[in-house]
Amino acid sequence: MAEITKTPSLTWGENIKGQVSYYFPTIMIAVAFLALWEVAVRVLNIQQFLLPKPSDIAARFLEETQILLSGGSSLLYQAAGATLWSAFGGFVLGCGSGILLALITARWTIISEAAMPFAIAANSVPIIAFAPIMNNWFGLTNPASKMAIVAIIVFFPTMINTVRGLTLIDPRQLELMESYAASPFKTLFALRIPNALPYIFSALRVASSLSVIGAIVSEFFGGPRATLGVFITQAASGFDFDRAWSAILMAALIGIGFYLTVTIIERRVMPWHTSFRQTE
Amino acid sequence: MSEHVQNNTLVISAKGVNKIFGSGEDNQVVALQNINLDIHNGEFISLIGPSGCGKSTLLRLIADLLKPTTGELKINGKNPQQARLDRDYGMVFQAATLYDWRTVGKNVELPLEIMRYSASERKVRAQKMLEMVELGKFSNHYPWQLSGGMQQRVAIARALAFEPALLLMDEPFGALDEFTRERMNMELLRIWQTTKTTVIFVTHSIPEAIFLSTRVVVMSPRPGRITAVVDTDLPYPRVFETRESPRFFEKVNQVRELLRDAHEE
Repeated sequence: MAEITKTPSLTWGENIKGQVSYYFPTIMIAVAFLALWEVAVRVLNIQQFLLPKPSDIAARFLEETQILLSGGSSLLYQAAGATLWSAFGGFVLGCGSGILLALITARWTIISEAAMPFAIAANSVPIIAFAPIMNNWFGLTNPASKMAIVAIIVFFPTMINTVRGLTLIDPRQLELMESYAASPFKTLFALRIPNALPYIFSALRVASSLSVIGAIVSEFFGGPRATLGVFITQAASGFDFDRAWSAILMAALIGIGFYLTVTIIERRVMPWHTSFRQTE
Repeated sequence: MSEHVQNNTLVISAKGVNKIFGSGEDNQVVALQNINLDIHNGEFISLIGPSGCGKSTLLRLIADLLKPTTGELKINGKNPQQARLDRDYGMVFQAATLYDWRTVGKNVELPLEIMRYSASERKVRAQKMLEMVELGKFSNHYPWQLSGGMQQRVAIARALAFEPALLLMDEPFGALDEFTRERMNMELLRIWQTTKTTVIFVTHSIPEAIFLSTRVVVMSPRPGRITAVVDTDLPYPRVFETRESPRFFEKVNQVRELLRDAHEE
């Protein structure tokens, strides 16, 4: 019975050391990239409106952070909060209804088969083009107009993937449930939904990035001053490019943070999945 | 000679069962033709034959995963669908078919969950069955942490968890190496003798069929049919030495010739 694959139990020290050596090349590439950028701007004397130095962008970013920490009101952080709220609200609405609708339609294969081509077609429509319409419907300064765009953008990929996960099942696993005379309800919860989880999470990871993009781009079409999209447009039109870039950095951090959060939840929910197995 | 408890209650009765796949003259495949077979309580029956002889199809008809085209098939005096709905049988497939997201213990509990046993009852039964297949310590492992042989034993524990009186096995050890397979054969016989289950076992290994069974049903392809039924007539309990006895070789050769004759027809 020595055929067991051992899960390595690492101590804290070993674990951190392992993580550092794992990410070391990635960190080096990032450092090299920033250094090259900095040097290129200085040596080639690139104009600030074309490309500011990373050090200037970082300084601007830290300045705003200091204002926030000393209890002042930082427009950049207010904008970040508002954009995050639109992205997150749209994400929850869009993904939630996508999963829910997939669960309902997968129950009746005929409906999901009829709906799928429509969903796939809708998924390839550039939904961001509807942003001005949504501004009209919900009001320019109402976060609902941004949430609506984000929700529609993330709805289709989430729904399509969930339907796939609920229906693409090893026929032998379905036969097993049949041999037990399991109810469709039990088959849904014990087989179809766990089978769909990897599909759902891969959709949610994509949706997390899409929702930040969707929120910012729809803000480009207008919105309250304290949103990243408006912040960037205004800074850029005022030729304050350090400021514009500090907001871009903020948007990047929000996007990465959102993605990482989804990934962490994914690991918690399905520790059994192939991609998380430690077999060495 | 056999010390195994056996009485004459009919578990399976097939009368003139036919199964045809496809429709139209050109596309029709006669998977099973005129199957007549009675299986009694406590028997260990092997279905053996080359691929395409319909042995798995016959098992699936009994399990109600397929419907016969014509003929009468009764399980415990009921039609197969009723037997399935009454959970009259446990089935072990060729692949272990464990659910990746469940621990070994939870996989064994699955049929008990479906049949609405209480949580404490499920735990006790699953543990008991895992101990029977000598995997008592692995309840909290995930399937991917086990070898192929161990996974298949979990699948057997799962099929036996609700103590069905009938166990259907579709080439359960086909993917295992010879050594593991022989060990699993011994374990299966031990389980069969403790649980007094009726077993229908599909295999393409002649020694395996002779070693395990009370009777071996020899089948041949195109069209799939039963060509002979052989009484193994070897004493239980069967041990490793059984495989070396002259009687065992005699039976193996008898089945081999029957299969060859059917092939040369």
